Amino acid sequence: MENHYDVIILGAGAAGLTAGIYTSRAKLKTLILNEGTVGGQMVLTHEIANYPGVENISGYALARIMKKQAQDFGCQIKSNLRISALHLDGVVKRVEVNESTVYTSAIVIIATGGKSRTLGVAGEEKYKGNGISYCATCDGDFFSGREIIVVGGGNSALEEAVSLTKYASKVTIVHQFDHFQAYPIAVEEARNNPKIDFIMESTIDEFIGEESLRRVKIRHIPSATVHEKPIDGVFIFIGYVPNTESLAGIIELNRWKEIIVDESRSTNLPGVFAAGDSIAKKYRQVTTAVADGTIAALSAVSYIHDAAKTRAA
Amino acid sequence: MLHTNLTHVLSADDHQKLLGENENVMICCGRMGPMCIPVYEVMEELENEYKHVKFADMEFDHPDARLIRSLPQTAGFMGLPFTVYYKNGQPVKATSSIQRMDQITAILDEQFGR
Repeated sequence: MENHYDVIILGAGAAGLTAGIYTSRAKLKTLILNEGTVGGQMVLTHEIANYPGVENISGYALARIMKKQAQDFGCQIKSNLRISALHLDGVVKRVEVNESTVYTSAIVIIATGGKSRTLGVAGEEKYKGNGISYCATCDGDFFSGREIIVVGGGNSALEEAVSLTKYASKVTIVHQFDHFQAYPIAVEEARNNPKIDFIMESTIDEFIGEESLRRVKIRHIPSATVHEKPIDGVFIFIGYVPNTESLAGIIELNRWKEIIVDESRSTNLPGVFAAGDSIAKKYRQVTTAVADGTIAALSAVSYIHDAAKTRAA
Repeated sequence: MLHTNLTHVLSADDHQKLLGENENVMICCGRMGPMCIPVYEVMEELENEYKHVKFADMEFDHPDARLIRSLPQTAGFMGLPFTVYYKNGQPVKATSSIQRMDQITAILDEQFGR
């Protein structure tokens, strides 16, 4: 029974850690299994200024506090592992880790969050860190006086493009549509910046170089014409995708691969709840993830109590 | 100083001492940024498993971090963190930008054994 828990939480972002705090505090034996970094998307944020009750804090610091809170209530956290199999349809849920260890539980809360979307084209993995970046504040200064491309058309892409003009000699925004998804103020700021050019209705097909990136193949989508552009760097900001690949065929997902939940954060499987960026919802913020984690945890507590009452009756 | 639980390299002297006293060393040179933090966390996780490796961090913006920034192995790197693996004081492998647990353990196993 060493590996049996009342609650297993998949993911240690804001939603998962919050759920862990609540279920552990409710005296449920809780294990968080996390494939990536504790804090999830939260640690990607340099400064969080709109988390109520905290004036300014880094995402990393907030994640550390949440982790400590959960552990102080008795929650166990295992990180940087790989979930190799999930069996969620029975009364006892089974989670296999690293194709070796099996953990079981009465409840599973899925809080696997999301990850940055990649282009998935030739050369992207090879030139990551050698010309391709996903973080302007991290890597912007390596491109001082150089010419770069920003891929994307949302708020992040346009805001980071403007921010990168502090370093780069020229920034070209490559976007797949003929219009931007960003707020008009972000679009206006980018359009008014003399260092920024635009290549619309286009996508990058391939990254080419030697030790580091030298040029890209850009395809104009309507005409299907391809041209090569010499470039020193490419920053990619094309949104996030939910971490739900391993859940396909196991629980109900919508067409965007987001988990479908009801207001109690229950999925279509009894005893399986979901919270945070991996569920179908409109707004993805630390605060909404925390709210989801709270609701999922309280629903889980209620589910266990109801199950115990049923058994006793 | 970086806010991690790793050994901190705070100067050129620290760097020299660390390499002089340890056969196998992994130094992650970065900032408290989103590409760096996951690497620090993996290193913290691996400290207990790889007792024969010394894990350390160094602030990328510290002047003495030139010891890492100017290595031939990191020439051309354009993504934080710069992570360097040393064997008997000599750099044997370096990576740029975020790395996953499996990528890091593959290098550790290849360079230092398990």
